[in-house]
Amino acid sequence: MSTLRRVARSVLLTLGLPVAILTVWWVASAGSTSFYSPPLAEIVGTSRETWFSAPLAESRLAVDVVPSVLRLLAGYAVALVVGVALGVAVGSSRALRAFLEPVLEFFRAIPPPVLVPVLMLFFGIGDTMKIVVIAIGCVWPVLLNTVEGVRGLDPVLRDTARAYRLGRVATLRHLVLRGASPQIVTGARQALSIGIILMVISEMFAAKDGLGFSIVQFQRSFAIPEMWSGVLLLGVVGVLLSLVFRAVTDAVLRWYLGYRQSQHGGA
Amino acid sequence: MTRTHRPAGRRTPARALGLAGVAALLVVLELAPRLGLVDDRFLPPTSRIAVALAQRLGTPDFWVALGQTLTTWGTGLAISLVAGVVLGVVIGSVPVLRAVTASTIEFLRPVPSVALIPVAVLLYSTGMAGTLILVVYASFWQVLVQVLAGVRDVDPVAADTARSYRFSALTRIRTVVWPTTLPYAMTGLRLAASVALILTVTGELLIGTPGIGKALGIAQSSGAVDSMYAYVVVAGLLGVVVNVLARALEHRVLFWHPSVRGEVAA
Repeated sequence: MSTLRRVARSVLLTLGLPVAILTVWWVASAGSTSFYSPPLAEIVGTSRETWFSAPLAESRLAVDVVPSVLRLLAGYAVALVVGVALGVAVGSSRALRAFLEPVLEFFRAIPPPVLVPVLMLFFGIGDTMKIVVIAIGCVWPVLLNTVEGVRGLDPVLRDTARAYRLGRVATLRHLVLRGASPQIVTGARQALSIGIILMVISEMFAAKDGLGFSIVQFQRSFAIPEMWSGVLLLGVVGVLLSLVFRAVTDAVLRWYLGYRQSQHGGA
Repeated sequence: MTRTHRPAGRRTPARALGLAGVAALLVVLELAPRLGLVDDRFLPPTSRIAVALAQRLGTPDFWVALGQTLTTWGTGLAISLVAGVVLGVVIGSVPVLRAVTASTIEFLRPVPSVALIPVAVLLYSTGMAGTLILVVYASFWQVLVQVLAGVRDVDPVAADTARSYRFSALTRIRTVVWPTTLPYAMTGLRLAASVALILTVTGELLIGTPGIGKALGIAQSSGAVDSMYAYVVVAGLLGVVVNVLARALEHRVLFWHPSVRGEVAA
């Protein structure tokens, strides 16, 4: 009985407020005649035919949403690989770090959306431009956090690895990447939200397909319920990506979370 | 990110190396287009960007645009800071509220603020309010989440002690909760400050709210590549200044905190 009550309580706590908010929105907007804020019922009804129309392969979900997400993943993957590789190199050398630090600080500080018009010059408005924009925008948080992580490695562990004559590859894999992984994950998390922003605005600037492109099209043609459904869908995409990210990082960092828990006495 | 201060003697070579790095970058960016490695219609040599930047700096329009960008940024940051701290302390101090809102906060936080761009355009056209919505939505979560973590970190013994001495709720917040939360809030402020700048420029670029971002967009669409790069440099320098100021403020406000004192002593 008590377990049942606990489960019921946690379900109520988790779903209570979201359900309440949606209900209020639904009821409050039900009779809405305002052009800009149509009833939620209408938005939900439209989103079905707008995004998931049959056949699924020709629906906007496949034609617009999937390419957007693929571009995001491609750019993000490039940023992760490049950021971690450069970060390990820069973090391992004091001189290189001193040499590059001000330059990296400057590049990191450039608001990434500014890159869109610049890279449009080089790459036009195709997929390459968008992937490069996402990669360049995402690389800084990954790079700088990797540098910090590598720099903060326990020197005793480094010396131990050297004393045991661990090979370079083994040291890199077991000591450097492992030890820096909590920081790398922090950087990757910041990079993901920047990546989503860049995915959307690179499409709002200039594109022929994509989620951001569709939403702006709807807005410009005053297809308001469709626009709202796109905004909601974009929100859902953001939430799903962050859930996937958390699942992946929880698996990668399981050793670290366990270690921290033992250090803090199981808090 | 923790930063360590090296002893004064070792700082000079690091600084010199850093300057050398900046100089090397400028030289590469100057030479690459001149030697034909990149098309100078896409990336003009540094010297031409510098000339364009100097010309911009001489026009009143530039300073007006800079002022508009800073106004939007500052207003948005201030709103999200106040809202984030107040809501964070209230929600964090009441366990029921924290439990009820947790799932909603987790859901709303990853919703990308740029999703609101079309809504902002419809409601406010190119006015500042539209960009403000984006800025506040993006930076508010940074502050709120940090403040919530800070309130959770309050030492339970100290909290119980304050309660058994019958401190009023306000005194408890001022003397027990706030000192623990402040370092977290400062981290939130630092993160929010740079996120707010990103969204300010985004709004100007995409919505057309007046400011540096809009000026950059105009330079781009009229093919004034030199000026466009000049504005990119300005946006980057603005970002550097924001980061440096936020860190300096953090140090100043938290001069009593072990994380800051430890750095000086080491």
